[in-house]
Amino acid sequence: MKIHEYQAKQILKKYGVQIPEGDVVDTPAQAREIAGKIGPKIVLKAQIHAGGRGKGGGIKLANSLEEVEKLAQDMIGMTLITHQTGPQGKLVRRILVEEALNIERELYVGVVIDRAKEAPVIMASPEGGVEIEKVAAETPELIFKEYINPATGFLPFQARKLAFKLSLKGEIFKQAVKFILSLYAAFEATDASLAEINPLLITREGYVMALDAKMNFDDNALPRHPDILQMRDLDEEEPLEVEASKFNLNYIKLDGNVGCMVNGAGLAMATMDIIMYSGGMPANFLDVGGGVSEEAVKNAFRILVSDKDVKAALINIFGGIVRCDLVASGIVTAAKEIGLRIPMVVRLEGTNVDQGKKILEDSGLAFYPAESMKEAAEKVVPLAEKGASQ
Amino acid sequence: MSILIDENTRVVVQGITGGEGTFHTQRMQEYGTKVVAGVTPGKGGQTHLGVPVFNSVSEAVEKEGANASAIFVPAFFAADAVMEAADAGVSLVVCITEGIPTFDMIKVKQFLKGKGCPLIGPNTPGIISPGKCKIGIMPGHIHSPGTVGVISRSGTLTYEAVDQVTSLGYGQSTAVGIGGDPVVGLSFTGLLKLFKEDTGTEAVILIGEIGGTAEEEAAEYIKEEFPKPVVSFIAGQTAPPGRRMGHAGAIIAGGKGTAREKMEALEAAGVIVAKSPAEIGDKVKEALS
Repeated sequence: MKIHEYQAKQILKKYGVQIPEGDVVDTPAQAREIAGKIGPKIVLKAQIHAGGRGKGGGIKLANSLEEVEKLAQDMIGMTLITHQTGPQGKLVRRILVEEALNIERELYVGVVIDRAKEAPVIMASPEGGVEIEKVAAETPELIFKEYINPATGFLPFQARKLAFKLSLKGEIFKQAVKFILSLYAAFEATDASLAEINPLLITREGYVMALDAKMNFDDNALPRHPDILQMRDLDEEEPLEVEASKFNLNYIKLDGNVGCMVNGAGLAMATMDIIMYSGGMPANFLDVGGGVSEEAVKNAFRILVSDKDVKAALINIFGGIVRCDLVASGIVTAAKEIGLRIPMVVRLEGTNVDQGKKILEDSGLAFYPAESMKEAAEKVVPLAEKGASQ
Repeated sequence: MSILIDENTRVVVQGITGGEGTFHTQRMQEYGTKVVAGVTPGKGGQTHLGVPVFNSVSEAVEKEGANASAIFVPAFFAADAVMEAADAGVSLVVCITEGIPTFDMIKVKQFLKGKGCPLIGPNTPGIISPGKCKIGIMPGHIHSPGTVGVISRSGTLTYEAVDQVTSLGYGQSTAVGIGGDPVVGLSFTGLLKLFKEDTGTEAVILIGEIGGTAEEEAAEYIKEEFPKPVVSFIAGQTAPPGRRMGHAGAIIAGGKGTAREKMEALEAAGVIVAKSPAEIGDKVKEALS
């Protein structure tokens, strides 16, 4: 799960990470009020779940309260387009009003889980303010790493090592060590999957501060962090994905026009792939779960047909423990209840497949049966093309 | 022949009295798996599905000679269950449970170091040596005994592949799901090492997906040390970056873990890579002819 910058800063502050003074607001009047307390130099930052805000006009400097109010007026309600939002952009609902800092140096520090090493890793770099992927590709020698031993946790000497490698000295060195230790403490305590400070700022006055902050969380651990779960912002998510998540369906909206409904994540990805090899593009990823309950089929069906971009759909079910005849009845019930707006190719395989096919045939509904994944994909792609040209 | 499990494997089911545990224990018993005990803390002394229930895994090991564990306990208790099984001295743990937090698994992996107890999963359909033993939730009847080893990060996609090779007349020595999470027990490479030593395995199917570097590591190992033919399919060639595709581990992060990188690495290692999932069976035939 992703959260906003202001929420990440709230969490980090609790663990002792230094952040600039400020608060989140959703009206220009509030922006002026907050700025009045921390001014005179203020930065306004649009709060959306995407990077690249500065270039898109989502980060602005103000030198007076009038300017704060004016800029806040422009920013709240604007549609911000960045390289991460897609061409449709994202609506700015609230902004973070913060003291503007005097920049001496911009550094980078981030924590992620290294899957190959099966341990959290802290990365630090003197190249702050640019994407770390870019640094990793161009100057990997400028990224310093410390792996965390799960038995001991992050050790102070490791934080010192990183701070020395960043060429920090004196009072700033001490602050940076505390900063990095606090950042890791927040990462571990919240079951985060990412905690990134980019840039980490050294101010001209000699303070170490998180200018920006990004945190993502391990979805599997969220039930034990109700306070973080509350920070989920449904406005930032695709409406159909929010709808699907209510029914515990794994659904991701994509750009194509061939809808698909599959049991199991791996088979669902493979179905998307074979649609591509047949000359089409998938409109979504949709995994109804290995067990395919009737309820799941019905909800998945509704989500599929409610996506206006879907011109034809492919249902691909491999019945293992779950029987194909039960799945087929579920599909028929859903189709009768919700209606067949689009052509649907159905491919069933596995336990009781013949009974399943007979149920589809006898339903009187215009399903297009297919014997194999390949045949199903080759059938559905022209149907979608035909639907798109009408 | 087979790897890790055979007709002598004696299984204890942790969480046997729960809904999932009960349902799948029955299916395992029907398949012929020797389920010798169950464990549900606090329910020791009962009998469930014809087997004794104990309060701890170590009792099941002592009294019934259990040497492998199947775990069906809820996600937040599963890490503890895996460590309990390893501590009790079983020689294999299969963790079916989905949704275990990554930090829990990191601790589990640390705990397992030096214990000599391999873990399969979590978030896996399990492991099956057709005709001998099945520990997991896969449909037994689509499998048949034979000489093809199968290793996969997926569930139903593995069934699809197994079904394709079975219908072409090739059986399986052992089929293993390594699990769809970012941190799992035995990985592709660990299992390839076992298949290398298994005289009953002539070829291996490796089914990967986006996310992580397990496939690249396997490619490295295959290139250097694995003498048998390998057929591979990588799911997620059309998956967008930054999105978790159902499995917690199936995500392209920071531009890394794409299907293309994995397919190229495997091809460079001499693996026969099926581009479409419909070609897996045919490629196995090609590899074995």
